Amino acid sequence: MFQPRSIQSSYSLRDKIVSIDYILVFSVLVLGIISMFAMYSTDGGEFKYHTNSHILRFFVFFGMFFVVSFISIRFWHETSYLIYIGVFILLLGVKYFGLTSSGSKRWLDLYFMNLQPSELMKVGLILFLAKYYHRISIEGVNSFRYLLLPITVLIAPVILVATQPDLGTSILIAAGGVIVAWLAGVRAKFFTISGIAMLALLPIAISFLKPYQKSRILTFLNPERDPLGAGYQIIQSKIAIGSGGLFGKGFLNGSQSYLDYLPEKHTDFIFTLFSEEFGFFGSLFILFLYALILSRIIRIGHMTRSNFGKLYCYSFATAFFIYVAVNMMMVLGLLPIVGSPLPIMSYGGSSMMAIMFGLGIVMSCKIYKDVPVN
Amino acid sequence: MLSPGSGNTVIKSKLISRRMFLITAAKAVVMVGLVGRLISLQINQVTKYKSLSDKNRFREWKLAPERGSIKDFFDTKIASSEPLYQLHLVPENAKDLDNLFVRLKAILNITDRKVSYLKRVIKKQKPWEPVIVSENLNWSDFSRINLFLHELEGVEPIVSVARTYPDNSSAHILGYVSQISAKDLKTKEYLQDLAVPGMAIGKTGLERKLDEQIIGKVGYQRYEVNAFGKRIREIKIDQGQAGRSFKTTLDYEVQKYTNELLKDKAAAVCVMDVFNGDIVSLVSSPTFEPNQFVHGLDKDYWDSLIKNDKKPLANKALSGLYPPGSTIKTLVALSALENKIIRPLDTFRCKGKIELYGEKFHCWEKDGHGIVNLRKGIQRSCDVYFYEVARKLGVDRLSETAKRFGLGKKVLSDFIEERSGVVPNTKWKKKYIGQNWYLGETLHSGIGQGYFQSTPLQLCLMTAQIANGGFEIKPRIIFDKKNDNLRKYLKHKNENPNEPLPTDLLVSNFNLKPLFKNQEHINLIKDAMFSSSNEPGGTSYRHRFEDPKFTFAGKTGSSQIKRFTEEQREAEVKQESLPYKDRDHALFVAFAPYKNPQYAISVLVEHGGSGGKAAAPIAKKVIKKVLERHELRRNINDQVGESV
Repeated sequence: MFQPRSIQSSYSLRDKIVSIDYILVFSVLVLGIISMFAMYSTDGGEFKYHTNSHILRFFVFFGMFFVVSFISIRFWHETSYLIYIGVFILLLGVKYFGLTSSGSKRWLDLYFMNLQPSELMKVGLILFLAKYYHRISIEGVNSFRYLLLPITVLIAPVILVATQPDLGTSILIAAGGVIVAWLAGVRAKFFTISGIAMLALLPIAISFLKPYQKSRILTFLNPERDPLGAGYQIIQSKIAIGSGGLFGKGFLNGSQSYLDYLPEKHTDFIFTLFSEEFGFFGSLFILFLYALILSRIIRIGHMTRSNFGKLYCYSFATAFFIYVAVNMMMVLGLLPIVGSPLPIMSYGGSSMMAIMFGLGIVMSCKIYKDVPVN
Repeated sequence: MLSPGSGNTVIKSKLISRRMFLITAAKAVVMVGLVGRLISLQINQVTKYKSLSDKNRFREWKLAPERGSIKDFFDTKIASSEPLYQLHLVPENAKDLDNLFVRLKAILNITDRKVSYLKRVIKKQKPWEPVIVSENLNWSDFSRINLFLHELEGVEPIVSVARTYPDNSSAHILGYVSQISAKDLKTKEYLQDLAVPGMAIGKTGLERKLDEQIIGKVGYQRYEVNAFGKRIREIKIDQGQAGRSFKTTLDYEVQKYTNELLKDKAAAVCVMDVFNGDIVSLVSSPTFEPNQFVHGLDKDYWDSLIKNDKKPLANKALSGLYPPGSTIKTLVALSALENKIIRPLDTFRCKGKIELYGEKFHCWEKDGHGIVNLRKGIQRSCDVYFYEVARKLGVDRLSETAKRFGLGKKVLSDFIEERSGVVPNTKWKKKYIGQNWYLGETLHSGIGQGYFQSTPLQLCLMTAQIANGGFEIKPRIIFDKKNDNLRKYLKHKNENPNEPLPTDLLVSNFNLKPLFKNQEHINLIKDAMFSSSNEPGGTSYRHRFEDPKFTFAGKTGSSQIKRFTEEQREAEVKQESLPYKDRDHALFVAFAPYKNPQYAISVLVEHGGSGGKAAAPIAKKVIKKVLERHELRRNINDQVGESV
């Protein structure tokens, strides 16, 4: 009656529930709840639009996380290309039917929500490349033949997103893709060469940058250059975090935030707000939660048998880490303001959806860790 | 179940893990970096960022302190800070601005011009910044607004405090307050940390002199503000400290009375207590409305002040310079007596004119006064007599006496508008004109013409110091402490008639400074002034008081604007027939009561003609008013202690 689990391809619901990584689920839930408090604070201590809709989204996508988890990894392996193509079509749709807001076209109006396909592409590209490299033998990885497709599927969405324009997201999408390739065994030489090539192309790329993008980079290099203009966000964010001190100003007492000195406090600067109100120890706790989530994902990647699963989990973990690190470095004044949300914490449905979907597949890897994929 | 390429898969899996290990190591480094950055910002630099955050968060607004009041000698407020009703409008609270303005226009009768001005202001500023619809509402308008307040959303009736003067009778000596200017900020050090936008500061007169003490200590309100500068909530309020109040020596009743007397004339009156120099009244005419200056002056009103030939803004008592004319004859005679140039009974013959140094010098009396001695010379104001005396005396000795009695230097301190006038002598002319003194000029000086320039206040002081028996007094307008030394001395002298004190004892016992060598000379001058006002033939005989309570002794004067031509002199042209601008200034100085002098007065009427006709009648009325209030004044003086 008992088949070895290694070859069992369908599990009962009970089996699935038992094999869930509860530490990961719990960490995500705690982070989600913290984000709700932070959102409540951005709304000035009231249940207003942002808080309500953030709570709703979190629980909807948290539910989706379980649904995705319970579907076999085999299914996700099989539909990887389809998912990528679907998201790519959505990206094309943005180009023609997208909503424009503050000068860039990023959203599709789905009536019940505004979808930002570029966020989904972050996961879509990883899925595609994980499947692609899963099938290629270790010798084939570095042959030119097998480099062509990955480069194409990487460059195409990156260009689409960069021209929205959304430089930050396009870089993060590219980073995810590059990581899969690196993990799959593409030679370091190749990355070095393309790195040098990109450096050579940098001046040309800069000439394509919008003035506000150039100014962001210059401002990052010297925030005091324009303290009331482009440097304002970096300066105010540093003031907010720095003034939080060891224990913070207390919940709902972040003066920088409720007096509107903090820009984009719901989205990119949610960590700033939290750090101002809960101080150094609060910030450490957030970092700890992210580290915990990462370690669980990596652990699942380590446990999973299939290379698809490994590639996916490791890449997703790394990409997830990059999102967190880029966002934090940005608000801490270590990187230019590129506009990237903090996973789970930031307000934004598409980002939440992409992260929960990505985590769901990770959990599916865990539940179906012994299921082979072809 | 392993796939056929399972060996490959295992190798691949190892490669993936190896590379993941590298990445994980990199992640750890970045994590450490993030924590390091948090430590740097939140622990190492927390003080810096806390203060930056507070700097963002709090903003302070200074509150103008309440200006101290200025009171007259009887504690009537003649300048005070009174509640002021204003109407402010906060655009963000108003639902329909256009409609609101229509309503306001109906209630307050605001002009269309004002409305369009306000709309422009609203467009320029942030929606939560109030605009002032009306600076100064009267009580009935204010209560009407309050009645309709429920339908005037966005409008806020505000009670504030502003400088208020009961009337314009003392406008010149009090001065006025007005908005701080950029120049004030630069030149006045005490304003450096005081500057509150919209604060009024003293620009002239007492308001300016007392500004530093009367202005008070500035308060502040600390607000929490958001990134757009909107006030979120009040954190702290410090009301500051109201300015000091001052009591003056002025008598508001006399001020009002005198101001009314001088109406429509270009004139000035000074009244002084002869014993302590307390200035009882100081009025310049025409006056202006000081309240108008508090809330930004109306342009039409300003133009009317500037274009008025009678110069309403000038304080003629302090800053008007006039040749003292015949009023100087008292000092000429005194100087000659003191310097033993003449004796009281020495006589000259006045034939109406004399010729000296190839020039004709006329007496005002064309037919001459005949034989004239000192008493008659002053009584009739005989020019020829004083030409002779001055010629013998010389200008340098005259100037020395004139300066001693207060001419040629400022009487008060810290009034920027006060001028010092001129007491000419040979050195002065050499220095300022660069020429030698002509003897003819000595003769002009002897009748107070030529280079002589004095203010009505100086002439009042001169008269007071003659009236009190020749002792120096220091005029004052701020009543800070009782000053009765001279009165005590007189009392002492009257109670001990048989032991006249030597001069040096006077100085040490009563802190007095005599201005005479022989007090008998002073008495001779006072007697001559008595005859001028009270004996037939005296120049102000027609305006005397019979009642000894009010009897005064005075001296008329007229200061020439334009020299009479020989033709005019021949035709006996009367002052009244000359164009206004060419008529002489009329002067009159006096002290009263004659028997027991208490007050000195000087009256100037610009282009009034002769002193006897234009100035003496005014002096007569003011003297009566002042003397009627003398008892009241002494009572107040006796009530206060040695210091206030």
